[in-house]
Amino acid sequence: MTEQMTGAKIVVQALKDQGVEVIFGYPGGAVLPIYDELFLQNDIRHVLVRHEQAAVHAAEGYARSTGRPGVVLVTSGPGATNAVTGITDALMDSVPVVVLSGQVPTFMIGTDAFQEADTVGITRPCTKHNWLVKDTDRLADTIHRAFHVASSGRPGPVLIDIPKDVQFATGRYVPPQRADLGHYRPRLKGDIDQITRLVELIETAEKPIFYTGGGVINSGPAAAQLLRELVDATGIPITSTLMGLGAYPASGKNWLGMLGMHGLYEANMAMHDCDLMIAVGARFDDRITGRIQDFSPGSIKAHIDIDPSSINKVVHTEVPIIGDVGHVLEDVLKIWKARGRKVNREGLARWWEQIDKWRKVDCLRYRNSDGVIKPQYALERLEALTAGRDRYITTEVGQHQMWAAQFMKFEEPNRLMTSGGLGTMGYGFPASIGVQMAHPDALVINVAGEASWLMNMQELGTAVQYRLPVKQFILNNERLGMVRQWQQLLHGERYSASWSEALPDFVRLAEAFGAKGIRVDKPGDLDAAIEEMIAHDGPVVVDVLVEKHENCFPMIPSGEPHNRMLLGDAAATDAIRGDGQVMV
Amino acid sequence: MSALRIKKGSSRKSAYDLRPAFDDVEERHTLAVIVDNEPGVLARVIGLFSGRGYNIESLTVAEVDHTGHRSRITIVTTGTPKVIEQIKAQLGRLIPVYEVHDLTVEGPAVERELGLFKVVSTGEKRVEALRLADIFRANVVDSTLESFIFEITGSPEKIDAFADLMRPLGLSEVARTGVAAIARGT
Repeated sequence: MTEQMTGAKIVVQALKDQGVEVIFGYPGGAVLPIYDELFLQNDIRHVLVRHEQAAVHAAEGYARSTGRPGVVLVTSGPGATNAVTGITDALMDSVPVVVLSGQVPTFMIGTDAFQEADTVGITRPCTKHNWLVKDTDRLADTIHRAFHVASSGRPGPVLIDIPKDVQFATGRYVPPQRADLGHYRPRLKGDIDQITRLVELIETAEKPIFYTGGGVINSGPAAAQLLRELVDATGIPITSTLMGLGAYPASGKNWLGMLGMHGLYEANMAMHDCDLMIAVGARFDDRITGRIQDFSPGSIKAHIDIDPSSINKVVHTEVPIIGDVGHVLEDVLKIWKARGRKVNREGLARWWEQIDKWRKVDCLRYRNSDGVIKPQYALERLEALTAGRDRYITTEVGQHQMWAAQFMKFEEPNRLMTSGGLGTMGYGFPASIGVQMAHPDALVINVAGEASWLMNMQELGTAVQYRLPVKQFILNNERLGMVRQWQQLLHGERYSASWSEALPDFVRLAEAFGAKGIRVDKPGDLDAAIEEMIAHDGPVVVDVLVEKHENCFPMIPSGEPHNRMLLGDAAATDAIRGDGQVMV
Repeated sequence: MSALRIKKGSSRKSAYDLRPAFDDVEERHTLAVIVDNEPGVLARVIGLFSGRGYNIESLTVAEVDHTGHRSRITIVTTGTPKVIEQIKAQLGRLIPVYEVHDLTVEGPAVERELGLFKVVSTGEKRVEALRLADIFRANVVDSTLESFIFEITGSPEKIDAFADLMRPLGLSEVARTGVAAIARGT
């Protein structure tokens, strides 16, 4: 029995049948019928954001902290174009997001109607797939298919453009179980021959390393569990990209810390010197590899990825394994155990000796101060005072983001929400709103810089309206810190447009929205400020006035290989002799 | 920041100076891509090529299975082996794509293109054009006292050769379909 209902009702029914609990959106002329249907029901909560970009980031935060797709509802024209940055962000970081956009009625498409934009045209390159639904009978199938595409294979954002007349017209509803999902069925199991080759390499390698990424987290909690088991059983060191932090616990004994441009010395050196690199759900991004020609020159590379186009895109792989991380790791473990759990013990022991030498460099060391709050110190204290809690961290983009990745410890997957691929300033605040909607009782903290935070600060209104106790921890250096750092290091200290001359009073800004504001500028007052932030039951903006000229180290200058890292002054002064900070 | 040993004001190490040097030789490949014939599918394929900086030498598309709503896109592209592999993987990633075949590596294939040539001339040149057309097995599909339109089918090289010969004989307009290709045998 198929049921007949209006397009708008089909949308809401399909969302319910997909298990959607929350949608993030902003109404407008072309989606009013859907908003009307939302008004008439109580199963799905709608969160009114203050800008459509924020709706997508909130949905991303929801998706990445739960593993379920986030849902966005926006109107035609400017509603859809405002969402484009968020959609692109979700594409780059493989986040499952379903965007529903209103469109002018089918008979007005192409007439430059009011609030008309070619939404499917504009979003074609920034979605995994998109659809313009011109027939109400096709609407239910399309929505179910959209959820299938967004969340299977390598996840990503999808968009469904729904003209207003299609929302009003009556059509056939199909539940998910009977929907036509199309032919998209990504392969999950990896090739057993290649997996066996990988196991053989694990058995003999002298200097192996796991290099893991967001794909482990996207594959689900079971994948992270299998990764932990494999890493601990083999005793192989592990490093991770920004997107993969938490898949292996920061407290785990084989953990080397994050790698990449601002990664840890020991992680990058181990990547450079390894003889077997096992890439798991990571894509050899340029922030990771540095100069390609000099990237880990002596290693055999195995690459596990569900997306065939990730294999051999940047770095040549000797052992390509196309499949879902969870499925592949399960087979790796099974075969490795069946063959007698062998590793090259002597080689590994020497490898760990070398790694321990690199660790002694203590690359994150910085010069603390009694007079001014160092951003690293602020994050160390935040970590110390929040560790062990049910905690989720989001970040904006820039120096603070890298410091958060370096100084905060992620013990579980899905606990760090950050814009890695696109590097979207303004991501963290709305993402924290999405996370808090999914985890109402958790402690959700957005580690921010003042410049990034201002890009979506209007969401204070959302946080206050929905009583979301998100904590905005702003490291305020009155600068675009990372831009300033690059200008200092690479552009002759010419600080072109990297200084914000007219910043708001963040405490009064918070209060103007009805939130709590806290300012702290002395290291001695920091703990009390953090405690006060945690204790307050509501949205809080903490304005942490930090050292204005601190640089983020370690750093691999662009175009340099892993073993030519710049270390910070503090780590460099005694650990590195002779040649100064440039490591060889 | 001289301590960091980066020359003051240096922009040599630009942020995006990371492009690896490919020393491989470029190859020409013919790809057959079977897709759902849905709106925007061609835009997706073309957008993929332009967005990622791949080359299109020729592209043809038509629905080949009306009941299954499937189209066949034949793309002739050039690139290093690594780029060709990326193109195939990226095409395979598009949701409406069923299959990607590299006819250049999957065994022998037949490649054909159709060209229409308008040749405007009189006297000896007109006779010579007609004679050459006969050698190339081109058909005359339109004729006036001063012009012919020839229809010619063959490999792109054959059509190139015909165009070279017609040029001094009054060639005034050319229309070509681009390559359609199919693997030989079963």
